[in-house]
Amino acid sequence: MSGALQARIDVGFDADFRLDVEFDVPPGTTVALLGPNGAGKSTVVAALAGLVPIDRGRVVLDGVVLVDTEQGLALPAEERQVGVVFQDYVLFPHLSVVENVAFGLVARGAGRAAARRSARNALPEFGLDGLGDRKPAELSGGEAQRVALARALVTQPALLLLDEPLAALDVTTRADLRHLLSDHLADFSGPRILITHDPTEAFLLADEIYVIENGAVTQHGSAEDIRLRPQTPYAADLAGANLLVGEASDGLVTVASHRLAIADTAASGRVLATVHPRAISLHRRQPEGSPRNTWRTAIRRVEHYGDRVRIQVGDPLRLTAEVTPRAVDALGLSVGDSVWVSIKATEISASPE
Amino acid sequence: MRSRTPWPLVALAVAAVLLFALPLFGLLVRTPWSGLGEILGSEVARDALWLSLVTSLGATIVALILGLPLAWLLARIEFPGRALVRGLVLLPLVLPPVVGGAALLFTFGRRGLIGGPIDELTGLVLPFSTWGAVLAATFVAMPFLVITMEGALRNLDTRYEGAASTLGAGRWMVLRRVTLPLVAPSLAAGLVLTWARALGEFGATITFAGNLQGRTQTLPLAVFVALESDRDVAVALSLVMVAISLTVLVALRHRWWGAS
Repeated sequence: MSGALQARIDVGFDADFRLDVEFDVPPGTTVALLGPNGAGKSTVVAALAGLVPIDRGRVVLDGVVLVDTEQGLALPAEERQVGVVFQDYVLFPHLSVVENVAFGLVARGAGRAAARRSARNALPEFGLDGLGDRKPAELSGGEAQRVALARALVTQPALLLLDEPLAALDVTTRADLRHLLSDHLADFSGPRILITHDPTEAFLLADEIYVIENGAVTQHGSAEDIRLRPQTPYAADLAGANLLVGEASDGLVTVASHRLAIADTAASGRVLATVHPRAISLHRRQPEGSPRNTWRTAIRRVEHYGDRVRIQVGDPLRLTAEVTPRAVDALGLSVGDSVWVSIKATEISASPE
Repeated sequence: MRSRTPWPLVALAVAAVLLFALPLFGLLVRTPWSGLGEILGSEVARDALWLSLVTSLGATIVALILGLPLAWLLARIEFPGRALVRGLVLLPLVLPPVVGGAALLFTFGRRGLIGGPIDELTGLVLPFSTWGAVLAATFVAMPFLVITMEGALRNLDTRYEGAASTLGAGRWMVLRRVTLPLVAPSLAAGLVLTWARALGEFGATITFAGNLQGRTQTLPLAVFVALESDRDVAVALSLVMVAISLTVLVALRHRWWGAS
């Protein structure tokens, strides 16, 4: 497929850690590599960009072989058409915003003056008007992220790599930047890879998700697949969080005409509400107690994962609850049964979408 | 709670300060202020000033050309014998300069290890020439540049260089537009230190290059000679060296004492 990325990467750092992953990314598709810190995700970025050598493997981008260890071939970083938004952005501290953005154009052969002109013209598209002469130290986290994105995209690379692009930002900025990122990802026609440890980011931005743990891919599928059918405890724990999009006002979030009480009374407008499966309780009879949210529904699915059971409940809100096998036995829960769901308002976190 | 002033420590500290300050004061008291212009305008003084300028700047340039690549290799490349090379670089710092000068003489002298072949091939005789004075100054001063730059390059976040190469910059452009600008403050400090050390060089120069007015007699050598013949000249030239040293200190104060 023209434009696609096919990668098989095997890098051994020492006897204790080896990264061995394989994935394909079609053009116009965003793939998230989701995993805990230290899983080897950033090494994938460095390997694809040509910043660390690969022991064994083959990387083909848009029909161009970047690496083929069997043929002893490895294109140097500067000859790859790979745009990278680095973790913490790594903007050149001694250069202005315009010079940072123009850097890649100059490196690829444009004249200084022409490169600066193109860079300056590209700034508004990234919401950077009027910031061209600032130094990176004078930028907010969100601005720095946009400069990093502009710097990577302005050279029109064949592949875009984003290494934890939102991790350094506070919650509100993160939501804005996620939208900007989402727009730019949609405009970029090549394959895109998003490295993240945040399942929300992966679910919202990626078409496909690869879960990476200890240097290996442990699960691969759509956000839906991973959310509903996590295959490892890590995936279940992190990627299994319930995500709900709704409208918030006065300490309530309305999701598909169902109202949930939340602790944050200041939240308003479109929000992303998340509830961890462990925070959801199931009852046979109507519970009486402090939880503000209780309703009656039916069990749609019951899945066992060792010492935990994930139970999916149906309308009005499809949520996954995590309970112990003992609780399942004691309550005699099975598919089709009617149960009461309860969630404490304080267990629902709402952030601007 | 305020701690009590430890008077015995203060007394010793004051003694230490006096040890530094009194000689400076002694020099100023002894300075022939009225005849200063005339003395510094004399041929001996002008020759010495000029030679000091030429040899110290020459040594700084050679140290930059040879020392910067060495610093880069030491900081970035793992190679067998790196610890040994680092030790060799440090040696001139602890070696008495006279011994360094003698070693240079046995090596680059007319009958030295490679001085003979150099003489036969090119007719260039290093000892007792201005080039010899440059070589002697380089030998003692280059470690300052290498050490400063090795530290700076080692502390530089290599991700900047990585980012530059993903943007299409080749090795040369990365060096020119990213690495060197980022280590520029250290480079400036290293160059000043190197230059100051070269300017003050005495032992290795007098041993290897001799003490020939207009050829190898730099300021420190001229001071040494003048002490025997004309003390006013010695004091005047010393004052020049003090002024230069103070200027270096002022220029580098931020590096040593932080911003203040």
